[in-house]
Amino acid sequence: MILNDLVQIKTKELAARKKVTLRCCMAAGCMSSDAKGVKEQLENAVAQAGLENDVEVRGVGCMKLCCEGPLVQADPQNSLYIKVTPENAPAIIAALHGGTANIPQADPDAAFFKNQLGIVLANSGVIDPERIESYITVGGYEALHEVLREMTPRDVVETMVGSGLRGRGGAGFPTGLKWGTVAKSPGAKKYIICNADEGDPGAFMDRSVLESDPHSVLEGMAIAAYAVGADQGFIYVRAEYPLAISRLQLAIKQAKQLGVLGSGIFESPFNFTVDLRIGAGAFVCGEETALMASVEGKRGTPRPRPPFPAESGLYGCPTLINNVETFANVPPIYRNGAEWFAGIGTEKSKGTKVFALAGNIKNTGLIEVPMGTPLRTIVQEMGGGAPGGAEIKAVQTGGPSGGCIPAQHLDTPVDYESLGKLGSIMGSGGMIVMDDSTNMVDVARFFMEFCMDESCGKCIPCRAGTVQMHNLLEKILKRKATRRDLEKLEELCDMVKNTSLCGLGQTAPNPTMSTLRFFRNEYEALLQPDKYGPGGNGDTNRQPAAEAK
Amino acid sequence: MALEHASGDKRFKILEVHMKKHQFRHDALIEILHKAQELFGYLEDDLLLFVSYKLKLPPSRVYGVATFYHFFTLKPKGEHTCVVCMGTACYVKGADKVIGAVQEHLKIKAGETTADNNVSLLTARCIGACGIAPAVVYDGSVTPRQSPESALEHINKWVAK
Repeated sequence: MILNDLVQIKTKELAARKKVTLRCCMAAGCMSSDAKGVKEQLENAVAQAGLENDVEVRGVGCMKLCCEGPLVQADPQNSLYIKVTPENAPAIIAALHGGTANIPQADPDAAFFKNQLGIVLANSGVIDPERIESYITVGGYEALHEVLREMTPRDVVETMVGSGLRGRGGAGFPTGLKWGTVAKSPGAKKYIICNADEGDPGAFMDRSVLESDPHSVLEGMAIAAYAVGADQGFIYVRAEYPLAISRLQLAIKQAKQLGVLGSGIFESPFNFTVDLRIGAGAFVCGEETALMASVEGKRGTPRPRPPFPAESGLYGCPTLINNVETFANVPPIYRNGAEWFAGIGTEKSKGTKVFALAGNIKNTGLIEVPMGTPLRTIVQEMGGGAPGGAEIKAVQTGGPSGGCIPAQHLDTPVDYESLGKLGSIMGSGGMIVMDDSTNMVDVARFFMEFCMDESCGKCIPCRAGTVQMHNLLEKILKRKATRRDLEKLEELCDMVKNTSLCGLGQTAPNPTMSTLRFFRNEYEALLQPDKYGPGGNGDTNRQPAAEAK
Repeated sequence: MALEHASGDKRFKILEVHMKKHQFRHDALIEILHKAQELFGYLEDDLLLFVSYKLKLPPSRVYGVATFYHFFTLKPKGEHTCVVCMGTACYVKGADKVIGAVQEHLKIKAGETTADNNVSLLTARCIGACGIAPAVVYDGSVTPRQSPESALEHINKWVAK
């Protein structure tokens, strides 16, 4: 495989382009609403109309507006059909000649699409994820070629540092710094792991990236491997994502066949292979040390750090772990340069972030916006607000490790620091909108139940603390708790946060703490007067006025 | 050393071929348990012992891994499975009402199977189908925008059969 081969594939693909393209969303959301049937019927209808030479029906990745699926977009007509059924196929074909099909349409120029900036999702909904040729047509694997032929591993790390990219898994650790540490770690054998164990409920960005553009992740991993000196990579993906797994398997197979993975890539001395590891349903495996234990076939329990994976990771070798979205950011950075990337976003948070918008909101789906976009723009303009005229009460980010941002803080720009100040985190990108019908204490209980079930049981603060906090929250919800219980809950939150071994326990109190911070009145409304506390029946110094509070 | 399992069940043979593909490596344990569950539907003690013997791993290690991960089940599943997604997006859109209705209708709790072994009711943490919440997976097919009524309608099709 040399550059010329890439160019040839690209030229051939472009020459085969037809006048009209019908793009059918084939991501998991639309697939569950019979997108496959839609695509088959469209192909049939094209054949019946004798338009095979003019119309291409292309299965593509996520087209972002998940709530209106299955989606079909006709180019160059620029019509986006929504909620398409297989029976609609002939009408869509007929409408290509100027007629109007009696099928609901969405406006492709609406704020939901207009405010998006595609870096990670640039190819999502455009290319066919099941064909490597389709990825090559949009410049795929050219960055890898450039890196392998023109740059030293050191240059590659420096470019990454210059781009300012930070880890998209949630913590926001500078990616360049991480790469540099692994590159400097001594060791003949090094590993690369792509963390695709997207366990955060309400998040589906990584699933969509893997389903829509698997090759960009593979290319990103290969560039990272060259930078740090690794020759073996693993992608650890959840078993709950069967479609993402099968597309990744196919992508790895095609990349090997074409020689962009394997040995002597682009006639350089660089070798790189990627293997899949399928998870088995444990949220804690998103934590890097637990993930490595799971890749080794063990129970996924975390271990204390240091040593950090960059020094001693998988099988005791230096290991680089990055999230799916982080790797997907890599090829565009090397294609367009570090300055280009550093020019997008805010001072400390560069680039874009993909969010999975869900919950009580009109437009649910995937969005990618520049860092620093205000939450209000995301939920009101792009999301269209809460359905049925309800008021938005809070936006939850960061899943079970994050917090709830109340409506009065909707003007907060989305970046790592601003969200941290409000007691939430950027997280991996799940964004759940809650309207005024949502009970915030119940939300806190829901996340605590999640953490309680998912605690691996290794360290006591998390194993026992989450159970006690859950019991207290249940007690509050059943209106059996007193002010003392609330104090105990706050004490426990603080203790579990500061003494747990890994991120799961350290962040488990976050949803409770943030709802206590902004919606304390909801907790207090559920409290019972304490019989023996100040103001209770048993209090000898009882002062009736205190009871009112 | 007998190559075949004493029962003569062919599935053990298939499983062994799969282990061979992974060169009986200890780090392939999770992959092998995935395959075992795919073949047998659940992981009974005898099967776990077989895996432990073939991989030369202590049974405690195999049992430990099988019980650690939610995906592995040590009890047989019913003929049909109904998995209600309880992710945050589904939850705020009323998944709790869906599962409540199903539980009441089938008179079982989540994680249980009906007495006639017909339907297993399970919950999932998040299946990543948040855009079409609340989602329910009936026998492996993801179904969007469920309500208590539509879920019961679906389940009654199985019960009536």
